Amino acid sequence: MYAYDEFDRAFLAERVDEFRDQVVRRLSGALTEDEFKPLRLMNGVYLQLHAYMLRIAIPYGTLNADQLRRMAHVARTYDRGYGHFTTRQNIQFNWIKLEELPEAMAALAEVGVHGIQTSGNCIRNVTTDQWSGATPEECDDPRIWAEILRQYSTLHPEFTYLPRKFKIAITAAAHDRAATKVHDVGLRLHRNAQGELGFEVLVGGGLGRTPFVGKSIRPFLPVRDLLSYIEAIMRVYNQYGRRDNIYKARIKILVHEIGAEAFAKAVEAEWEAIRGGALHLTDEMIAEIRGRFIYPAFQALEDDPAELVEALKDARFATWYRNSVHKHKVPGHSIVTISLKPVGAPPGDATADQMDVVADLADDYGFGEIRVGHEQNLCLPNIAQKDLPELWRRLDAAGLATPNVNLVNDIIACPGLDYCALANARAIPVAQEIAKRFSDLDRARGIGRLHINISGCINACGHHHVGHIGILGVEKNGQEFYQITLGGRADEHAQLGTLLGPAVSYEQVPGLIEDVVDTYMELRAGPHELFIDTVARLGVEPFKERVYAAH
Amino acid sequence: MPLIENGKIIEDRFVRVGDDEALPEGAAVLIGVDRFLREAETLKGRQAPVGVIWPNDRPIAEIAPYLDRLSLIALVFPIFRDGRAYSQARLLRERLGWRGPLRATGNVLRDQFLLMERSGFDQIEAVKGADADAFDEAVHRYTVFYQPATDERPSLLRQRLGRTVRGV
Repeated sequence: MYAYDEFDRAFLAERVDEFRDQVVRRLSGALTEDEFKPLRLMNGVYLQLHAYMLRIAIPYGTLNADQLRRMAHVARTYDRGYGHFTTRQNIQFNWIKLEELPEAMAALAEVGVHGIQTSGNCIRNVTTDQWSGATPEECDDPRIWAEILRQYSTLHPEFTYLPRKFKIAITAAAHDRAATKVHDVGLRLHRNAQGELGFEVLVGGGLGRTPFVGKSIRPFLPVRDLLSYIEAIMRVYNQYGRRDNIYKARIKILVHEIGAEAFAKAVEAEWEAIRGGALHLTDEMIAEIRGRFIYPAFQALEDDPAELVEALKDARFATWYRNSVHKHKVPGHSIVTISLKPVGAPPGDATADQMDVVADLADDYGFGEIRVGHEQNLCLPNIAQKDLPELWRRLDAAGLATPNVNLVNDIIACPGLDYCALANARAIPVAQEIAKRFSDLDRARGIGRLHINISGCINACGHHHVGHIGILGVEKNGQEFYQITLGGRADEHAQLGTLLGPAVSYEQVPGLIEDVVDTYMELRAGPHELFIDTVARLGVEPFKERVYAAH
Repeated sequence: MPLIENGKIIEDRFVRVGDDEALPEGAAVLIGVDRFLREAETLKGRQAPVGVIWPNDRPIAEIAPYLDRLSLIALVFPIFRDGRAYSQARLLRERLGWRGPLRATGNVLRDQFLLMERSGFDQIEAVKGADADAFDEAVHRYTVFYQPATDERPSLLRQRLGRTVRGV
């Protein structure tokens, strides 16, 4: 965990005061809605279909138990008893009154939680691998660098009114769980041949209506130059990014229009002028931030303790264990994913009671630490293996032990037309219906790893372009239609899905997805060929022929 | 519109002169960039001060050859959400070494005063009178600044280490 110090706490209190004052001025009419809008957005406050929505940042996906309990409190007191975890390590409350917002924010600020820069045309919450600090795969804890960027970008005077929003993601593992290739800036932390830490820098990735995979503009940036290089990128973008058309204002359009090489040249020229300046990170500065991350005092334990071996004789536990428990870097410990996708429920939703349960479990077994991943699931990163059976029993009792992580019913979906003012079509009910079709978990396991992503409009908050199966809701003559894509992925081999064929109606979607999956089951080279690999081998044509012949 | 300089409301001694109007003899003038560039040679010999309104879509580096004959640079926020002039301001101060007055003009509102000040503006032409009155409060709302900018407030990057270095 990163421990906030007196500076962070003072800043947060000042920020809440400022917003309180802005709300008063809005209510008195001193601020017009046009003037107020960017201010509330930069505090995470949206005006949605039915009410104001508050989006809270979970910086680099890390929470402590007290913070999660406070979120449960906010859900209970100011909302309707639940919250929605998003694809960018945020949580959203959908039913908060404007008058009560400053109060809710103050309650969150007491535990160091806020909605700063979760929206607006600024540098957004920096995201990273939810297994940071726990996975044996990483070369360093990427949260150190996410925290340095969080501080740097907070209320940045020059970059608060950018052409458009700006999202940065970091991975420090070869297997990219942070979708860095589809962010405005993706940073891949790795060691060079000399063993020094640095970043590969990608720019111009993103989804939305013009999706692109990010382009590498620098293979190795020494970590000490991180802030000066980011500032150079931001300065080029702030001056030359398009502002004439909101749909062409993201950095990906600038990079696409002038070319990655020309963009890189402009960045390097700007960087040359500032790299030795005030943003140069000294070893002491890095050590200072690193020192504020407190790691659990792990006990010396052996892998596969007797308690675990015994519990694995229980088929239900064993199923959950194989699905939701992952390798930890410390012997005798595990990383546990908590599926927020029980069949039939809205993906990513958690009730206040469930949040309290997870907070208690984190305290009892996991050093008080909880993570949120972009797949809209939670994670307990530091669990002793001997505690897994008891943890599972308590998760199961709370309806939080659905063993479907990475399976066909672990669906990523945006809030869609049920909540969102931008949506053209429903997303949550589509996800629920598909999950129901595959509610037989043996069948789901037989299908294997398969990511379905659903977006209720072209803005792509459900990341449909990078779903193994992507579903995009569109509106045609006042009716909901859905486009299906196959073969997208968000990992280190990121690519955009290929359109399967003509859009289908709301009612047809679940059947069509079943047909796609059945086709895969017939065509796959064997149980070890994943859906995504079958699509890569055969293309979408065989799927198209089969699926549209049936409908 | 009230003009604020270093926290105080001041009289604007510069007269804004349109592209087709004659320059008033002996008065400090603020003119558009097209006229300024067109008449650059003749303006060289002018005794009274000249200021230029530099638009936010023209690279600020192009102003470099003219800095020594300018008495004021005004940058433009056509709408407060258009933040290009923040980068221009920082480049003027930090890269091009401009020490003279730097004015924020256009849709200049209270909730952006602090950002402007931190980016190097020392003159702020506020749209609303009430905003100008609240200037002091607006720029002193925060005591904590995470990143270095053009102003000389110590940033947390260094403050945390217990050494506040001028300008960073």
